[in-house]
Amino acid sequence: MQMAIQLRNIYKSFNSTVALKDFSYNFKKTKTSVLIGPSGCGKSSLLRLIAGLIQSDSGTLEIDENPLPDINLQSFRKRIRYVIQDGGLFPHLTAKENVSLVADYLGWDNDKVSKRIIELTNLTKFPTDGLNRYPAELSGGQKQRVSLMRALMLNAEFLLLDEPLGALDPLIRYELQIDLKNIFGELKKTVVMVTHDLNEAVFFADEIILMKEGSIIQTGTIDDFIKFPADPFVTRFVNAQLGQIKNIGKE
Amino acid sequence: MLSKLLLIVILITIPVLSQEDPKLKVGSKKFTENVILGEIITQLALNDNLNVSYVRDLGGTRILWNALLNKEIDIYPEYTGTIMEEIFADENIERSNLESRLNALNIGITKPLGFNNTYAIGMLRELADSLGIKNISDLRRFPNLKFGFTNEFIDRNDGWPGLKNKYQLPQKDVNGLDHDLAYRGLESGSVDVIDFYSTDAEIEYYNLKVLIDDLKYFTEYKCVIIYRKELETLYPDFITSITRLEGSISESQMVKMNLDVKINGESEERTASKFIESRFSINSNFEDNNFVDRLYYNTKEHLFLVLISLTGAIIISIPLGIIAYKKKKLGKVILGFTGVIQTIPSLAILVFMIPLLGIGSWPAISALFLYSLLPIVRNTFLGLEDIATSIKESAIVLGLSPLAILKKIELPLASRSILAGIKTSAVINVGTATLGALIGAGGYGQPILTGIRLDKVSLILEGAIPAAILALLVQWLFDLSEKLIVPRGLRI
Repeated sequence: MQMAIQLRNIYKSFNSTVALKDFSYNFKKTKTSVLIGPSGCGKSSLLRLIAGLIQSDSGTLEIDENPLPDINLQSFRKRIRYVIQDGGLFPHLTAKENVSLVADYLGWDNDKVSKRIIELTNLTKFPTDGLNRYPAELSGGQKQRVSLMRALMLNAEFLLLDEPLGALDPLIRYELQIDLKNIFGELKKTVVMVTHDLNEAVFFADEIILMKEGSIIQTGTIDDFIKFPADPFVTRFVNAQLGQIKNIGKE
Repeated sequence: MLSKLLLIVILITIPVLSQEDPKLKVGSKKFTENVILGEIITQLALNDNLNVSYVRDLGGTRILWNALLNKEIDIYPEYTGTIMEEIFADENIERSNLESRLNALNIGITKPLGFNNTYAIGMLRELADSLGIKNISDLRRFPNLKFGFTNEFIDRNDGWPGLKNKYQLPQKDVNGLDHDLAYRGLESGSVDVIDFYSTDAEIEYYNLKVLIDDLKYFTEYKCVIIYRKELETLYPDFITSITRLEGSISESQMVKMNLDVKINGESEERTASKFIESRFSINSNFEDNNFVDRLYYNTKEHLFLVLISLTGAIIISIPLGIIAYKKKKLGKVILGFTGVIQTIPSLAILVFMIPLLGIGSWPAISALFLYSLLPIVRNTFLGLEDIATSIKESAIVLGLSPLAILKKIELPLASRSILAGIKTSAVINVGTATLGALIGAGGYGQPILTGIRLDKVSLILEGAIPAAILALLVQWLFDLSEKLIVPRGLRI
């Protein structure tokens, strides 16, 4: 299996709070890896670190076996896209302008941009009449679809998604989950996703990484977690979340 | 976006800027008599077909004198006593050496115009005549007369203490009074003898008798005209015209002219024109500026001050605000510095500008410019600072260069805040610019200043109301331009 993103012995703290402690992991190419754990476990910090928004205190980060400080951060950024919970759309630009911003910046001609946007609206099932609307005029689900189009516009290999569906109501969330999973599979993207919802993790993940206090507790599939828990915490975490589902099912 | 705004401002500014530079610049001090005399000089220059501008109500002696030395004005009316006691206070100059002392500085001086505007002592003519009082020394015979002097006169060495000594005056009942109260006291009989200046309009209005200074106690303040020596070669005809004023204005004539302006509400231009006509049979073709002309002229001057200073402030402040946002340490210095400027009273900034830039529009524009910085710098800084972290990070992760992020994301998102800062600056600027008249910059402050001097509310309103309307108009224009400049997505 080819390694896409390799992290070794990463330490990161903010003031006196430890966010990541001796974190090592290999994210595999074309797979969807889901980081999960209680709030403050360091999962978002890890994503921001890979996105280059923060630097680690120590440890190494390699992309395709090239250490990150050696490869140009700007050129890596062209291959990576980071999508956050509220989409991070620019409120002064229309949906179309948000999606085409970087392509315009890179000097793509209009035809190429328009063609690509049509492809993306089909892929993400975004209504074309919404392209000229501003983010404030879009629903939560539509915003996330625009955000996803923006992330896919340049055909980036890596997608980093931080609670991408966290702000959506359940029905829309469910539809988008299905669409997203299809897109990831179809486009063979290397995806690292952060969520606090185990069901979502199970739905998306080729591999789940359960974190606590800046370190990995266990990696694997949900079956591994249930059958071979590495720590009593794993069982408690799984029971707490899967238990909810059972309760809801009884009602 | 913002460049649109700048373009609008510049387009408005160009026609205002293209004013012709006048050749001869006349100045005057901030009191009625001097303003009338400046007007007389101006009209004589016009009669000699000179291209002339008149900066009236400029301020006190120091401002006029320095302006003359710095060639910002060419000519103004002055008083011999002031030149010797104030301008050359440290030099102990003899009256006979005055001309050569001035010539050494390339300043020319006319012979006295006639009247002497000095401290004087007087009383109601009726009372003086009935007691047979003509000279100050006659007061010695009436120890029961009640004296009411201005506080300044009582305190000054060359005022009451010296006068009492010189004339051996026995009066004990001496009260310090405000000038206006003193005149009313005379009428009601609570005061018999008061001090004033020998050409005050009130002398005629209250029918006062000016007592003769028979022991020559008071310093002479004979009115003269001083000018840059260059004028003698540049405009010999004009200097000849000016010298015709020598010995031509008596005290009673000056009192009458002051009365016409201060009490009878005649314009200085009209009074000066009447004088020239009766004295030299020169028809100065003078027509009173009507209200619309004055309003147009004042508006033009006021807009000139506001537009130039505001445009400059916008061009400088937005980059300063961006630097403050990008470099936090330097930003503290920038915000601190512009903040400190804002705490200096606007009047003080104007006065600080005089030694640096002299008088006129440019020092006023510089002061207004400094005053307009903070709101724009601060709002630019805050507007950029307040952009949500998630948006800033999204822009970074998209791989845009810092410059592209600034241009395409940050500045448009901060545009509403920046525009609000510019609006605040503009409105403050319109109001503060009225102070510019104090240093000869003209504008709506000019009628306000003259109105205060003449105690004429209608004139004060002639400046105050347009200034208020302009401020409202500016506010309205900015509200309108918000639609043009702030991206539509931010207004939903």
